[in-house]
Amino acid sequence: MTTETGTSERSILSFLDRRRPVVRVSVAAVGTLVIAGLVILCAGPLFWLFKAATSTTTETLSAPFSLWPSGIHWDSFVQVWTRVDFGRYFWNTLALMGGSLFLGLLVATTGGYGLAVLRPKYAKAVFAALLATLFIPGVISLVALYLTVIDIPLVHVSLLGSMWAVWLPSSANAVNVLLMQRFFANIPRELFNAARIDGAGPFRMFFSIVLPMSRPILGVVSLLTLVGSYKEFLWPLLVLPNPQDQPISVALPRLQSSIDFSQFMAALFISVIIPVALFLVLQRRFLQAAGNAGALKG
Amino acid sequence: MRWVRRGGLSTLIFFIPLLASFGLFSWWPILRSLLLSLQRTNFLTSEWVGLDNFARVLRDPLLLTATWNTLWFAILAFVIGFPVPVILAVFIGELRRARRLASALVYLPVIFPPVVAVLLWKAFFDPSPQGVFNTVLGWFDIGPVPWLNSGDLAMPSIVLQATWASFGTATIIYLATLMSIQTELYDAAEADGAAVSRRFWHITLPQMRGVLLVMFLLQVIGTFQVFTEPYIMTNGGPENRTVTILMLIYRYAFISGDYGRATALSVLLAIVLSALSAVYLWATRRWSTS
Repeated sequence: MTTETGTSERSILSFLDRRRPVVRVSVAAVGTLVIAGLVILCAGPLFWLFKAATSTTTETLSAPFSLWPSGIHWDSFVQVWTRVDFGRYFWNTLALMGGSLFLGLLVATTGGYGLAVLRPKYAKAVFAALLATLFIPGVISLVALYLTVIDIPLVHVSLLGSMWAVWLPSSANAVNVLLMQRFFANIPRELFNAARIDGAGPFRMFFSIVLPMSRPILGVVSLLTLVGSYKEFLWPLLVLPNPQDQPISVALPRLQSSIDFSQFMAALFISVIIPVALFLVLQRRFLQAAGNAGALKG
Repeated sequence: MRWVRRGGLSTLIFFIPLLASFGLFSWWPILRSLLLSLQRTNFLTSEWVGLDNFARVLRDPLLLTATWNTLWFAILAFVIGFPVPVILAVFIGELRRARRLASALVYLPVIFPPVVAVLLWKAFFDPSPQGVFNTVLGWFDIGPVPWLNSGDLAMPSIVLQATWASFGTATIIYLATLMSIQTELYDAAEADGAAVSRRFWHITLPQMRGVLLVMFLLQVIGTFQVFTEPYIMTNGGPENRTVTILMLIYRYAFISGDYGRATALSVLLAIVLSALSAVYLWATRRWSTS
């Protein structure tokens, strides 16, 4: 399911409708209104944030819509990076994303392969238990998950204050496993049968057939995982109590009261510009991933 | 040992990451939550107290406030946030050259990390006449409005922010659905002389019904678990007017250290949500077969 139908035939309106002048004018008018509205509503805040980050605090607070009355100041960015150690939160965020991506892909690919291709007798039960987690609201286990993480069963280790406390729970993501499982199930069985006749075991098939063929879905799942872990707030807030270990999302609300307004806006701008840049480069992928996840939920 | 020779072991190896990760961090916490809700725990001892935690939750006068606030959030989010993406998706679906641009713009707020979006909007909601939104209202000689400082306006303000942050996802999903409607349906209707509005009511909407129902369900489940927005914007204030159920769970567990009461409330919320989805799925199946 993609939103990519650039050359598509028709929608509610047909070619015939579109030739009528009334329709043509109103479509153009509504289209212009929609685009203008979206620019103000969706891109406007981003632009305002940039302006506030590069203006002085007094300017922004006294006249929030005037455009750089005293020119563009870049020093807020420098101050935020050096004085409040923003670089540290930045690296923490990257480390959180990297670990979550690795473990998430490990669980989703191996699990999806087991469920879709190997299919032992117990696969049905595992699959049912997996689906159940999609239907049980996540709120039920928030507190119990916290208590589990501060005292892991059997080994009795506490992960509190360590990145593992975020990495490990994030790998249990049923949507990712199901996306993988669906993709793997569509790989023609003949390929596996042929490989088996050639003497390939499950490991060979996994590494030389399944993974190389799955680049599109690997991209989608990676993107969903990275964006998801960049956005996370409540969980890292709970399990990373030491400010030194916290990612940007947890550090920002705390910084709010301790730094100057324009510096704070600069911090917000840095935090949003990375995902936005990634989005602009990969927008087709992003929209596809959104459609994919939506199709699965549906 | 025949099991090993037939590849049982190497198959099991592929299941180990999934079983370990879901077992420890998904299935066990869900079970444990049910157990914890019936116990009184500090880290040294735990005592079986039956339904006492539930009784204590239900006796808390703040529960009624939090339930009402959460419902109010859900109602507002539905009224403001549900129709907008549908209408927008239909309009964007009719665009030709600008469709790509429009979908990219719509999705931009979704890219904002929630904390950044909330903090930015908190700045917009500055109650002084020079605040961003109050300046805009000032152009029309309205305001200044106290936004988050007012008991009546705080929740609608939070919903406005939350809607802005999430309407892009819904729009993209609706757009994908619209694009997958078979064009023959429209051709046939047009041949029968159906005007544009009739094609919308009799083809577009019925074809979207399934997705609309699922999105409604997801929105209810999502809004019942709202936390980040009220936590950062108002921390439940003014006068507890924005305390949500999840915030109450957070306070019980991580401020009072009362894990039994916190899990009891999460179990209650989960039961309500599951019941809601069950009734809903049952109802939609009945409607769609008739």
